[in-house]
Amino acid sequence: MYKEYIGHTSKKVANVVERELVRRFAESIGDNHPIYIDEETGKQSRYGANIAPPTFPRVFRSGSIEGLKLPLKGLIHGEQIYHYERPLIVGEEVFCYSKIEDYYEKEGSTGKMGFLKMKRYGEDSNGQIIFTEESITIITETVRRSLNV
Amino acid sequence: MTALNEIVKGESLEATLKPVSRMDLIKYSGSSGDFNPIHTIDDEAKKAGLPGIIAHGMWTMGNLSKLFTPYYAEGFIKDYNIRFSGMVFLEDVLTLKAELVDKIEQSLIFDVKAINQHQKDVVKGKVIFELY
Repeated sequence: MYKEYIGHTSKKVANVVERELVRRFAESIGDNHPIYIDEETGKQSRYGANIAPPTFPRVFRSGSIEGLKLPLKGLIHGEQIYHYERPLIVGEEVFCYSKIEDYYEKEGSTGKMGFLKMKRYGEDSNGQIIFTEESITIITETVRRSLNV
Repeated sequence: MTALNEIVKGESLEATLKPVSRMDLIKYSGSSGDFNPIHTIDDEAKKAGLPGIIAHGMWTMGNLSKLFTPYYAEGFIKDYNIRFSGMVFLEDVLTLKAELVDKIEQSLIFDVKAINQHQKDVVKGKVIFELY
């Protein structure tokens, strides 16, 4: 049962906003803007450096939540919610952890579906929040049965 | 290019993408680290009950945010919420759209979406662009 994990968090993991990863990520979403890629453009900007696209935190590691098992297949990504205090800056260190915010079930056309709300937090080296990233994952009845949850 | 803070309610930013290719999704798998094979390998997609491989929802969400990138000197995306409402298949042609619906102090509020060639929403949500 996922309900018992509500409020559980992972341990913080240090990540670096790596220049090469940002370049590749920006290219892969068709957004080769110089603010992400060109060093001179970054230097001239208010940030004094390049920044990362808003959906870049997918790349970060945020540790695992002890005991939580998720199926590898059959998950449906329902919603994704980002909040930023400021853009991520290339070269900076970001400390990430995850938290299970909520789990609830709803009756759907294919049976009872589970909704798992996970939130990732990204902090700077002083513990100030830079961003949060919330995902709502839908777990269908078939998958829930096979997991026995 | 008009400044973002000069556009008025009801005006939109818009762009149409090239047809979705397998290479787009292979590249996104590599850059994001999401190697779920339903996005790249036909047999795996079929095994999962899909008619063919589908794009990562996050690939579409990532593409959609680029409507705002040219305005980086004016502000940044403070909030970005998306609901994944439809699947994206190979050769689909997506149109990205952001319509200014409100302006509250320094916050520009946009309804954003990506629609396919059948005019169906595939992702839909909101962006709050915070002006400096």
